[in-house]
Amino acid sequence: MKAVLSGDMPRSVPLTLILGVILVCLALAPFLFPGVRTVDTAARICIFVVLVASYDLLLGYGGIVSFAHTMFFGIGAYGVALASTHMGRGFDALLVGSVAGAGVAAALALVIGLFSLRVRAIFFAMITLAVASAVAVLVSQLSGLTGGEDGLTFQTPRALGPAFKFGDELFGVKLNGKLLAYYLIFLGSLILFLLMLRVVNSPFGRVLQAIRENDFRAEAIGYRVVHYRVAATCLSAAVAALAGSLYAIWLRYVGPDTALSMEIMIDILLMVVIGGMGTMYGAVIGATLLVIAQNYLQNLMGVASGVVDGLPVLPELLSADRWLLWLGVLFILSVYFFPTGVVGRLRARK
Amino acid sequence: MSDPILRLEGVYTNIAQYHILQGVDLEVPRGAVTMLLGRNGVGKTTTLRTIIGHWRAHQGRILLDGEDISRMPTPAIARAGVGFVPEEMGIFADLTVEENMILAAVSGPIDPARLDWVFSIFPPLKTFWKSEAGNLSGGQKQMLSIARAMVEERRLYLIDEPTKGLAPAIISTMARALKELKEQGASILLVEQNFSVARALGDGANVMDDGRMIWSGQMAELSTDAALQERLMGLSMEAH
Amino acid sequence: MSVAPEHAPKMAQASFAHRLGPWMPVLLIPVLIVLGFLAIPSSTSWLTLTVSGLAMGMMIFIMASGLTLVFGLMDVINFGHGAFVSVGAFVGVSVLLVLGQMTSAPSLALNLAALMVAVFGAMAATGLMGWAFEKVIVEPVYGHHLKQILVTMGGLIVVEQLIIVLWGPEEIYIARPEALKGAVTFAGAALEKYRLVAVAIGLVVFLAMRWVLRRTKIGLIVRAGVENGEMVQALGYRLRLVFVGVFIAGSALAGLGGVMWGLYQEVITAHMGNQAMILIFIVVIIGGLGSVEGCFIGALLVGLMQNYVAFLEPKVALISNIGLMVAILMWRPMGMIPVVKAK
Repeated sequence: MKAVLSGDMPRSVPLTLILGVILVCLALAPFLFPGVRTVDTAARICIFVVLVASYDLLLGYGGIVSFAHTMFFGIGAYGVALASTHMGRGFDALLVGSVAGAGVAAALALVIGLFSLRVRAIFFAMITLAVASAVAVLVSQLSGLTGGEDGLTFQTPRALGPAFKFGDELFGVKLNGKLLAYYLIFLGSLILFLLMLRVVNSPFGRVLQAIRENDFRAEAIGYRVVHYRVAATCLSAAVAALAGSLYAIWLRYVGPDTALSMEIMIDILLMVVIGGMGTMYGAVIGATLLVIAQNYLQNLMGVASGVVDGLPVLPELLSADRWLLWLGVLFILSVYFFPTGVVGRLRARK
Repeated sequence: MSDPILRLEGVYTNIAQYHILQGVDLEVPRGAVTMLLGRNGVGKTTTLRTIIGHWRAHQGRILLDGEDISRMPTPAIARAGVGFVPEEMGIFADLTVEENMILAAVSGPIDPARLDWVFSIFPPLKTFWKSEAGNLSGGQKQMLSIARAMVEERRLYLIDEPTKGLAPAIISTMARALKELKEQGASILLVEQNFSVARALGDGANVMDDGRMIWSGQMAELSTDAALQERLMGLSMEAH
Repeated sequence: MSVAPEHAPKMAQASFAHRLGPWMPVLLIPVLIVLGFLAIPSSTSWLTLTVSGLAMGMMIFIMASGLTLVFGLMDVINFGHGAFVSVGAFVGVSVLLVLGQMTSAPSLALNLAALMVAVFGAMAATGLMGWAFEKVIVEPVYGHHLKQILVTMGGLIVVEQLIIVLWGPEEIYIARPEALKGAVTFAGAALEKYRLVAVAIGLVVFLAMRWVLRRTKIGLIVRAGVENGEMVQALGYRLRLVFVGVFIAGSALAGLGGVMWGLYQEVITAHMGNQAMILIFIVVIIGGLGSVEGCFIGALLVGLMQNYVAFLEPKVALISNIGLMVAILMWRPMGMIPVVKAK
């Protein structure tokens, strides 16, 4: 167990329990919560755990703020979509698309990193914001290639579709391609997550943390700070792209809204901060909490809004569409008072 | 001696996790030049920076004319009449010499008579009045830095190594300037590594080592006792 | 008293190339205009595009100037700056909608009066908001870049959402005041009146800002503070107070920019500030963080580039500005007019 987790144990009983429950629920989601919507939620959680963990590698471990993480996510998603469109449905197309997406994302991260991290870490945040927005606009304009605002709908291998049946039923769950697709997503995400856990607990990860704590001292000891930061950026971008590939495989669709929008970037930020920066387990908790909240809390807010109906402004504030407002407030408060997130709190309590 | 203009009582200053000052006691008498001496890295600059409020004293009191200023923000300390000439001079390179001087006159427009006096001590400042301070030579920058402190009358001048890295001819200009200031009856706390300057200007002397004051007395006494110098600072004045 | 030994000032020895150095960024503007002239087949289109490029540049400058000064002075990077642009636009446009009688009247005086009220309202609102934003969002995270970025981004989200709560989620269309509609013809080119006005306002703001920074004591404090804040305090100035003032002024200017931008686009949305931030960031980076002059030059370059390229190849307009940024950072990694910090 210790080896699988790269020696980075949860170090808190409640945290271990919560992580265990999440793992079991995700592993058995199609059986525990049968239903299109719940399985879809579970798949989204798997993918966002990877995406958020890869972002945490940058923010929590490297101390670098990027606003281009959705762009890398989108590159992976579009990679799979384009490969599947042009090569025809098949596992080879998925593989080529994922690898190419990860490669392009890493290369782009290398260029941006070399340009901005060389001068000041703060440039990186500004430049990634500008580049990511420009790319999002470009993608929606190059409709011939990317499908523009409509995005691309494509076919994944038959074995991952609902029409493919490999048995009858197990515990009342249909044994079809959709089930296989879910487990492809689940296992892919699990492997990527464990890989990142390994990275942050490797000597490379420790140097990154040393740089975050004090970059002058790290440089003085002899570490090439820029090299480490750029390497972290590339790795993080590649993993984000792979998460994007998984997302595209699951949805069999990519579009600017699902893979490139600023909203996803904000979601990632919220998940990292609320889960806990600088702990990979924070990504698990943050992603799970927020994906569930997105799906179910909005309904609750709708109910609350109905209760105060008739009062001025209040219904507007509580309307389901305004949940981002409350998340924004929560986000600011977390950064001030709660910078180590849920995981930090749980570990501090012991 | 009358009551001192400045008195430090058991001042401790930490910078990050380092304990730089460890109980500094110091008295700066009125109308005299008080030297702060010691080897590099013993806390002389930190002492000055703590007085002006750039660093905070964690313990102890800093009394300016009997009033504790150790909790006051830097601008308030400056406005209470403390002129500060930092080691790195603190020149605003993008501003002209004139603009640097205008800023230094906190309480209003520059008094023309006093400016003439400053010009008489540092003529190059008049020559380059409209030039960007960044284009001045090192010596001229140091002149500007001291002139900024002199442009208004201060109750106390804190001057950190005014001769550092300067050519001998300019060092004598600096020494003359400080002497003029002293003759006006100014109270000066001066950090100086150049011993001949220290001997020429200093009335009282204080020697620091390892964040504490290890000797206080008269400069005359210190400058004639080679053995004492050797013991306090590990250097002999005769060498200079 | 003898004369102190003279040292020949370095400026007398500077070579021609060295003296040209500081002017290089300024020269980029005419160079870009000439390049545009060569690339664009029709000279009347070129003139139209140049004017709209300059107008756009001026508006970006107005929005960006506060951001760059705030950074220069206190090393604070405000990712929520775009919120002031949005709020300025919404307040200003709301005032104009209320004063619809005045804006639709065919009288220049009435139109301008309405516009003045709108601009004043927008600047007052965003200035006040800037003060609150500084107190609540920025002050607790001084000296901590990572938290600053996160918290100010959070502030932006909250403000955007509050705009939607107050004004609704729909975009609002706004017609320009009657006297500013249409175009004048000059040398065969149609020049929109509003753009000419935008250029004029931008120039006035830039010159006024320069005058304040160069000719007033508060301006001297700000410039000195950008270079060495610690020394400014040691001279007796409360930099913190000056900073709050600059933050408020910068927010009010962003609000002014928001009104102008909204009237330029003739439609406003809660996210417009966030979208403007893309160009604003490019501008402050290529200008040199902390430099008002660099910001001005950068804004004009970006405005011209955007308009020329949008005419030639619309799809790559935004990417061309990224290209411009890359090129300038390769030439000067700290931006065109790098701000030298004392420490």
